[in-house]
Amino acid sequence: MPGQNDSAIQKTPLAEAHEKLKATMVDFAGWWMPVQYTSVIDEHITTRTKAGLFDICHMGEFIVKGSDALNFLQKLMVNDINKLSIGRVIYNLMCYENGAVVDDLMIYKLKENEFMVVGNACNVKKDSDWLNNHKENFNVEIEDISEKTSKLDLQGPKAEEIMKKLTDIDFPARFHFIETNFLGVKTIISWTGYTGEDGFEFYFNKEHTLKIWNSILQAGKEYGIKPIGLGARDTLRIEACYSLYDHEINDKITPIEAGLGWAVKLDKDFIGKEILKKQKEEGTERKLVAFEMQRGIARENYEAYIGEEKIGFVTSGTFSPTFKKSLGMALIKKEYAEEGNKINIKIRDKFYEATIVKRPFYKFNGGK
Amino acid sequence: MENPKELKYTKEHEWVKVDGDTATVGITDYAQNALTDIVFIELPEIGKKVDKMKTVAVIESVKSVSDIYSPVSGEIIEVNETLNDDPAKVNKDPFGEGWIFKIKITNKDELNNLMPVDEYNKISKEE
Repeated sequence: MPGQNDSAIQKTPLAEAHEKLKATMVDFAGWWMPVQYTSVIDEHITTRTKAGLFDICHMGEFIVKGSDALNFLQKLMVNDINKLSIGRVIYNLMCYENGAVVDDLMIYKLKENEFMVVGNACNVKKDSDWLNNHKENFNVEIEDISEKTSKLDLQGPKAEEIMKKLTDIDFPARFHFIETNFLGVKTIISWTGYTGEDGFEFYFNKEHTLKIWNSILQAGKEYGIKPIGLGARDTLRIEACYSLYDHEINDKITPIEAGLGWAVKLDKDFIGKEILKKQKEEGTERKLVAFEMQRGIARENYEAYIGEEKIGFVTSGTFSPTFKKSLGMALIKKEYAEEGNKINIKIRDKFYEATIVKRPFYKFNGGK
Repeated sequence: MENPKELKYTKEHEWVKVDGDTATVGITDYAQNALTDIVFIELPEIGKKVDKMKTVAVIESVKSVSDIYSPVSGEIIEVNETLNDDPAKVNKDPFGEGWIFKIKITNKDELNNLMPVDEYNKISKEE
């Protein structure tokens, strides 16, 4: 099996539990992770209709604190956290001077002058370097807590009912979080997710991972909960048109090109502002579009054409378990990026027709 | 699912059913199980001439793309077009309704390279 003999590969506290469940394990960003337990389609539909539990312990977490913590993050992040209150979480991105993306992140305001920054597993080292290299004269401390922090996601229409069996906390709205005692463990419970469904993300000290994982699975049994692998995590987020680093965004794609202009706030200063301001005002040469296909499955990096002209490439593509058809996202020349346009995707030297459609494929299915 | 005794096998987990100079080809239960969720199959064109162990079809699951090799050299004479509408037949009935293509064998000696069921059982159980 790939990666198994690689001593450098990292394991989450649940690796053994996944193997016991006969999950197919793969090396993902240097982590030994479950891609599927039974079937991507089954796990996807379970999350859409019941509830799914995800091992996301590979993600990176940082604590940024100090009297300049806010100003420091404001300088590095494109979205405005000035008005973020304690107990709120916001989507954000860090960009290079040229506007391309270092990483996309979630920012939690824990206290005045203290934030938790959550980034992608593949970018932990890069994020750490980027943060630390920009400390300058800011009075700020940066602690990488990834190693000791576990993260689980509970997602799906039954997630809240399952949680009500486990805790009597009040359930506030999406993009809020609380720090609380959950199953005897100090936990951050966040009303966020990456699936298009209602649900929660949990952060806690890794020594308690198996206990929390098993307790949620046990409580969710009567609702049909299942553990969900990274395969379905990807098909769920593609249907919801959420960006994934190294697909829709990377160090060669800007947030404006990727349709994330809503998160770029021009009434403050930040690294990359000059070019992003220009792009926001004047438009970009390329635009991210969503497309669907009658036949064939477009995969990442397949080329997009109109006639003989290459107009861009696929950033993510899959068979959609919800809609039972092939769909994806592509970064293409803006003059062709109109809804209803037909483009061709080159799959193994043959052209397959795709139609540009409205984003997202799957609208957020939460109540609040 | 047992590997049928009357079939021959490749180490790429394809099965071959020989009938005169025609070979019917599909993938084994082991292969469909490893792929799970087969959602698209790119079938070869009828009349296409293929060499042994060269890519002849492509099978896609939700997360993966895999080549299907021709176990022998010859000419494609029939493809299972019902898989265009229902590729999951390969998951449900890999040795029956999930057959993929039929090939007219040019050199019957190549059949000697294929494995009998006893030998394939060892491979499909070990992996």
